[in-house]
Amino acid sequence: MINLNNNRTIALNEIEELSYSAFMKHNLKQLEGHEERHVVNYFGYFSGRKINLICCLADDRLHTVQVTSCLVDTETTILSSLTAQNHNFEPFERELHENLGVSFSDHPWLKAIRYPHNRFDKNQTIENYPFCKAKSEELHEVGVGPIHAGIIEPGHFRFICNGEQIMHLEIQLGYQHRGIESLFLRKKQLLERATLAENIAGDTVVGHTTAFANLWESLCGYTPDPSLDFTRTLALELERIAVHTGDLAAVCADIAYQLGNAVYGRLRTPIINFLQEWCGNRLAKGLIRAGKCNYPFTRQHADSLLSLLVAYERDFDEITDKLCHLPSALSRMEKTGVVSHDKVVEIGAVGMAARMSSLNRDIRMSHPYNLYGSVIDHLPVIKNHGDVYSRVQIRKQEIKQSIGYVRELMHRVPLFPPVKDMALNPGADTLAISLVEGWRGEICHCAVTDSQGDLLVYKIKDPSLHNWRVLAQAVQHNEISDFPISNKSFNLSYCGHDL
Amino acid sequence: MSSNLKIIWHQGKQFIPNVKTAVVPGIFKGRPIISVAKVDEQKLMVLCPTKAISGDPVCIDLGKCTFCGECAARFPEKITFTKDYKLASNDRSALLVREGEDKPVIIDPALVRAEIRRLFGGSLKLRQVSAGGDNSCELELNASNNVQFDMSRFGIDFVASPRHADGLVITGPITINMAEPLERCYQAVPHPKLIILAGIDAISGGIFADSPALNREFLSKHHIDLYIPGNPVHPLTFINGVLSLLGK
Repeated sequence: MINLNNNRTIALNEIEELSYSAFMKHNLKQLEGHEERHVVNYFGYFSGRKINLICCLADDRLHTVQVTSCLVDTETTILSSLTAQNHNFEPFERELHENLGVSFSDHPWLKAIRYPHNRFDKNQTIENYPFCKAKSEELHEVGVGPIHAGIIEPGHFRFICNGEQIMHLEIQLGYQHRGIESLFLRKKQLLERATLAENIAGDTVVGHTTAFANLWESLCGYTPDPSLDFTRTLALELERIAVHTGDLAAVCADIAYQLGNAVYGRLRTPIINFLQEWCGNRLAKGLIRAGKCNYPFTRQHADSLLSLLVAYERDFDEITDKLCHLPSALSRMEKTGVVSHDKVVEIGAVGMAARMSSLNRDIRMSHPYNLYGSVIDHLPVIKNHGDVYSRVQIRKQEIKQSIGYVRELMHRVPLFPPVKDMALNPGADTLAISLVEGWRGEICHCAVTDSQGDLLVYKIKDPSLHNWRVLAQAVQHNEISDFPISNKSFNLSYCGHDL
Repeated sequence: MSSNLKIIWHQGKQFIPNVKTAVVPGIFKGRPIISVAKVDEQKLMVLCPTKAISGDPVCIDLGKCTFCGECAARFPEKITFTKDYKLASNDRSALLVREGEDKPVIIDPALVRAEIRRLFGGSLKLRQVSAGGDNSCELELNASNNVQFDMSRFGIDFVASPRHADGLVITGPITINMAEPLERCYQAVPHPKLIILAGIDAISGGIFADSPALNREFLSKHHIDLYIPGNPVHPLTFINGVLSLLGK
């Protein structure tokens, strides 16, 4: 079996090709009883009339990703589903079914996942999504969306309730589908692709552009300058601080704690204004590029960042101490939206949604990239209760941790070489994989090239793909009035999911 | 109680006193200026990821420009981005910045429907619809009403229902899957109503302009009252755009 490290490539012919039954048996066996292993990507593409399936399993203890493949003729065969035995595969098999028309005999929930423009069966439309129905006169349904009350993205939530209590939540997405993966193939210029990457999810600009830039450089056999590793690591930590702060503001808003909402809301501003000071954009669009950085980080930037962090931390500590000792706030957050350890393992949750329930998943530690594993020796923040408060505490502690990392990085500001545009040419018949821990969790980008070195497949996986399922579990048996706070405590991406 | 007052005291004054004259920090990329210097126009045009640059004479379409600054980095003698954040107009063609010109982007009062200023001048309630938006404009629209930008001091607010709204703010390139909900939301807004496009994805499709996953028919069916460029739209760009539409 071929095992590769993060941001490494392999020739397609080195990937072991198995029969479907061996492929299935092997990948299921790998996961069984091994919490440190999880599916980071599982996708397929047409190879003639057949479909080549590629499964990427990460092993957090060995720091490797195992890649296996299988060629199937889906016109004539109906496959047994891996999901029937392990839910890690659930969204991926639904995607294979929807995009490529792969049939599964025993998938428990083979519904459309996002109604992409190039879906296999055009008769399936978003208007006729088959919602789960309760055959009962005592239960009622509540539908919310696609357009919500606040300024947020669209998605539909269908609750089945017994009085105030949620019995079941079904989340139907796809409204945000812009066809990003196919645009990656159609747009040939590097800058067009970088622009696409930074528009995957506007709250994770740095996360997704870093995944793209790291992947592209490895695909082209280019070793990035230390200044690029520095830029990406620093920007990732700043993005984490900014979004976590904004999320704490949003959680406060949902429990009607106005003071917390106002203070956290305004604390986000100096961080994103710093990104603008550095690169001209508050969300860091334009900052991360493969092979170069147009915006050198200077000593003045370092001084300004260090002094704003002093002011930030003082006010952050003050309000956080208040929030975490406020009985009325704690009573809303504790034991609300609980997901057990077993469930997050079964779903294959990543990022905060895993760490809230003592599942230690953090790419910064398990599959280090850029300056992680060298300058930054990351130790993930782990909580055990799996409730809203665990997610709030993770944010609180990760913000403090990130501030520490940023300060460490300020001692090591590298020299930025003059900007040069490299001729970057991807290798032929190659598979590349890049993992990044965005603030929300594990981001995975995969690319496969053809014999000319052109992109054959570009596969993007946002952490939300797994974690929307965790949200659906979190609200079960909660009061429906607690849905907003549970939802906000995850803050999952619609556009990152829909692509 | 006293600890609450202490927290409030420690925040100091956060609000921006004058949103029309405030200076944004750092190297904000706002309205570009294009010099008359001779450069290889073909190279310049091909460089732009969103095809915002046209040649002879060189123009940048702010409705398409993603403000990545790549053109200014490669052709510094030709293009510079100023810190002017007032980028909105009610005239789509006013978003074209031409070579050799250095003039502000403005609202044409003659094109503003009379009832807009008469009815909404004192209070404007908006319903936001994200139609494939990547959540960046959405974040900035939320920021427009935080304690710093405090847009509601001007009587401009976002509301939870289209039935309470005087108009729509659309973000995102309008996906096929959002076309129908968007139209239904618009129909639910009582007359008279206005439409604001926030961000280049909404105005031109941005990087998604030629994606087969879009359905932008809505825009040809209805009158657009205001175009607000940016990726994302800066809160000051949004607030100033709406204020000048209202003649405030």
